[in-house]
Formats: sequence, C-alpha cells, structure tokens
Amino acid sequence: MNDLSTSSQITYRAVPIRPGVIRRIRGLSDQALAWLFITPTIVLLLAINIFPLVWTIYLSFTNYRANRPNAPTLWLGTDWYQSILTDPDIWAAMQVTAHFVVWTVLIETVLGFGLAFLIDKKFRGHGLWTTIILLPMMLSPAVVGNFWTFLYQPQIGLFNYVVAFFTGRGASSFQMLGDVTLSPWAIVIVDAWMWTPYVMLICLAGLRSIPDYIYEAAEVDRASNWRQFWSITLPMALPFIMLAVLFRGIENFKMFDMVNLLTGGGPGSTTEVASITLKRAAFESWRTGYSSAFAIILFVTVFGLANIYVKALNRVKSR
Amino acid sequence: MSASNAAHSVVEPSTGTRRFAGLLVILYAIITMVPLIWIVLTSFKSPDDAISYPPKVFFKPSLEGYCNVFTTRSRQTQEFIQTLGPPQGLCDNIARSRNMVVAGPSNYVPRFINSLIIAFGSTVLAVALGTLSAYGFSRFRVPLKDDLLFFILSTRMMPPIAVAIPIYLMYRTVGLSDTRLGMILLYTSVNVSLAVWLLKGFIDEIPREYEEAAMIDGYTRFQAFVKVVLPQATTGIAATAIFCLIFAWNEYAFAVLLTSGNAQTAPPFIPIIIGEGGQDWPAVAAGTTIFLVPIVVFTVLLRKHLLRGITFGAVRK
Repeated sequence: MNDLSTSSQITYRAVPIRPGVIRRIRGLSDQALAWLFITPTIVLLLAINIFPLVWTIYLSFTNYRANRPNAPTLWLGTDWYQSILTDPDIWAAMQVTAHFVVWTVLIETVLGFGLAFLIDKKFRGHGLWTTIILLPMMLSPAVVGNFWTFLYQPQIGLFNYVVAFFTGRGASSFQMLGDVTLSPWAIVIVDAWMWTPYVMLICLAGLRSIPDYIYEAAEVDRASNWRQFWSITLPMALPFIMLAVLFRGIENFKMFDMVNLLTGGGPGSTTEVASITLKRAAFESWRTGYSSAFAIILFVTVFGLANIYVKALNRVKSR
Repeated sequence: MSASNAAHSVVEPSTGTRRFAGLLVILYAIITMVPLIWIVLTSFKSPDDAISYPPKVFFKPSLEGYCNVFTTRSRQTQEFIQTLGPPQGLCDNIARSRNMVVAGPSNYVPRFINSLIIAFGSTVLAVALGTLSAYGFSRFRVPLKDDLLFFILSTRMMPPIAVAIPIYLMYRTVGLSDTRLGMILLYTSVNVSLAVWLLKGFIDEIPREYEEAAMIDGYTRFQAFVKVVLPQATTGIAATAIFCLIFAWNEYAFAVLLTSGNAQTAPPFIPIIIGEGGQDWPAVAAGTTIFLVPIVVFTVLLRKHLLRGITFGAVRK
C-alpha cells in the first residue's frame, strides 16, 4: 500500500516488471488482503464467543441473577468456585458424567474398531452397508433421542418388547427411563447407537492408512494373523483410535441434548450429567453467578482436553 | 490405499473371511436401522396401532400422523359436525371420523420454516467467512497462525450451555433474544470454526502455481482468488456447506434455551407435539420423519467427505 504513487506509472509499462513486483503494488498487498480475509471471522468469534466468555468470568465472581437484573450486584470473589468444588451434588453430577463418558467411549471404541476391522475386509457391497451404518450419527440427537423415549416405553415400546422376547421377562416389568439402576444405561445405549459409526469411520481411515507392504513383509516372515493384528494393525491404527476416543470424550463430557430429552436428568438426579446440572442451575434456579462459575470450570476442562485433541490431530496429520 | 489394493497380493483376505465379515457388518447395519425404520413405520400408523402390544409390524397404513402434525383439531359434538358441509380434504375426513374438525394449521410449519431460514442463513454466512479466512490462512503468512487456528477450533469445543448463559444475557440487552437473526449469528459463530478448518484443508490441496500463473497473466491476487481458486474449491465448499447445514439443522441446546416462539426451530418443537391424553406418537414420528429425510439425503451425498467433516479436515483418506 505504501507505493500507491508509483502504481499508476508501473501499470503502463506492464511487461518487463517481475511478477513479484506487480503482485505487491497492484491492488492490495498480500498482508492487507490476509487481514481483510481473516478479520471478519475473528470479529464474529470475539463478539459471539469471547466477549460472552469474559462476561461469564466476570459474573462468576458476583451474585448476579438473570431473573433479577435490577438487584444490586455484589462482588463475591471466588466464593462460588469454592462452594462448587466442595458441593456433593456437583461431585455426584461429575460421577454420573464420568460413568456416561467412560462406558460410551469404551463401547463405541470396541464396536467401532471391530466394525472397521470387518469392513476393511472389503466384502461385496461394503460401501453401501458402510453408508447405512453411518446414518445415525448424522441425525439430530435431540429429535432421535426423543423418539427413543417411545422405544423405551414399558408396555408399548419396541426396545422393551425385544428384550422381553429374548429374556422372557415381562415387557412392562422394567422401565429403562424410570428406573434408578437402568436409566444410566438407557442413555449409554442410545449414545452408543448414535456414535459407534463415528469411531468406526475414523478407525477405518486408520486401518486403510496401513500400507500393504508391511503385511506382505510380515507374511514373508510367517507371522501369524494374531501376531500381525497385535504387532501391526493395532499399533498403526492407534493414533486414529486415540483421536476418536478423545473427540467422543470431549463431546460426551458436554452431552446435553440427547440426555435432556431422554431423561431430563431423572429419575431424581441419576442421569444428571454436568450439562444438565448447569442448565438447571442457570435456567431453572436462575443462579447465574453460581452457574457461570460452574460453566468456567467445565470450559477449562474441555479446553484442556481440546488442547490434547489438537496435538493428536497434528500427529495424525503428519502421517 | 492406492494401486496396491487393486493388485492381487498375499494379504488379500480369503473369500470365507470376507463373507463372514460381511455377514457380521450387515447384521449390525440391520439392527442399527431398526429404530429408524420404526420411526417411519410409526408415522404411518393410526394412534391405536402405534401403542398396541405386541408392537405391530403389519398394519393398515394411515396418514393420520401426518395430518395431525400439520393441523390443530378441536373436538365437536356429532350435531355440530352434521351442520358443517362435506369434509374438506383427507385430513378433515380423518378428523371427523374421530368426532373432531380441523381448526387450522399447526405450529409445525412455522417451526420448520424457522429451521430452514436459520440453517441456510447461518450456512451461507459461515461458508462465506470461512472461505475467506481459510484462503488467508492457507496462502499468506499470518502472525500467530497456529494460535489463531487453535483459537478458532477451541470456540467450537465450548459446552453449549456454558455459552448459552452469557448469550442469553447479551441477546436480552441488545434485543436479539428469540429472533432469527440472533440464532443465525450464533450458529454462524459455531459453524465458522468448522468451515475454516475444513476449507483450509481443501484450499491447501489446490496448487499455488495456478494462482501464480494467473497473476503473471495480470490478475490481481483478489481476482486470482475469485476466478481461479474459488472454482477449484467448489466441491470442498459444497461439502463444507452441507456439514454446516446439518449442524444448524440438528442443533437443539441453543434453540431450546434461547428461543420460545418466534424463532423456535423444529428440534425443540417436535418433542412437545402432544395429542389428547399424552404424546401423539404417530404425529411425533411424522414430524421426525419429515425432519430427518433431508439429512439422510445429504449423508448419502456427502459420504465421500464425511470423514473429513467429522475430524475438522484432519483425516483425509
């Protein structure tokens, strides 16, 4: 931009100038263009994500309540953080979340990797069946979760009927969503149904990234199939599996929509994962300051996990 | 993954292994499809068939669910119904057989239209912003590039409820609560991170030489971007747009917390469709089916790019 004065002269003598020079002086410089292109995105994110985040941090130190905007706001310091970290209800919610995250990720990884391993055998029609398997993960967790409440109905639900058919128990003898011991598993089942394809797809990419010559070499060395699986397949697909595990972990740690529609946190608070606790505090009890502090704690946790996620991404990318 | 697979090598699985693998995968696929098939079946059942025990696989199809999701009905006495003229259309006919008359359209249509406007609006914005930024990050030396990219990605990792609290307060202050514009901006900000990461991957794959050649021919950098890079990136832009569309279409947490009537989308509305005496399951199933069909179509269209989309462009096959 600094040499606009010369640009008019240069354009008339077009041909003998080196392309680099032309690039710099005609129109905007690359640097200016770069900022012009990137700034709108950054501004939007600052306005809709970062500004609210800073506001949340501020609110988390006050006694502000969103349903009483005119009440005087007091500075409380770190009181909310202390009370949250010592609150048994919060720790109960964290335990529920941990149960949900650990079991869903475990089931999805085992099933997903197994499926990917089988699909990688390239049987006839594997493309079509892969697409069919992928469908659940693209659907709205809320809308589908809502429909699962119908499948889980004690008397009329299909799920209960099928379980009753195979176990011989009465179809109305158990309530997946109303029972204290069963409801944590009810949400695990729906999540595994939805997200196993996700893990499967990433694992499949991992398996396909293993070059054939490694297996050929192993074959020459007369390594057994079992040995090949443990020494080649699994270690080489591991970065991809880790990526899937990490991403599912992050997503399920903040799970809200599906659980909200299936159980709403109930019965009691047996399926009250962290996001549901947060929603109840923020939008039902209107304890804005308290819930802001909890939101920040959750955010810091997710942010830490996201950091690891990006490192894992870069490692996979460099393959 | 390339030519070596086509050739017959010692590591090709045997026919028996293949068949067995295929059998297991197909079995899983069928089990996993049952809930989806059940949604579609239920949408064509009459309310009595929908809640019968044992569950009915064969039944007399009815359009009552679809009628109920699009209309509101009121119960009337036989005498009153007799005073009305002949039933107008199929839905009126079904309603009258249950001693009801169609009172008007339901709220499903405006919610569906909201979903369309908000999903398409935010997709267009996110893809436009994302394409520009992705090009900027792909081609220019930007200070703190990696940090900026990480910052952009991390905004998507935030728990939606944590974001919803201050957004709720902010929108209340500036008058954006329960407006389509507010939801479009919010979804754009969530989608733009995906758009930047995906599109950067796609643009990275377009050789720089194309633009450089165009610039030697006298194009400015901006002209080269518009006339050379954009046409090359069409597939990537389309795939990214579909991903953004699916996210905005499916989103529930923000929608349920931040909208109540005006700007409410379909996902928070479908679960609260109720009939007389509890949930009207055929109507819920019909609303769900109509809502899911576009996503199924898009998934089939997208299948080659799915992997990229769900890993923010990191895994490319």
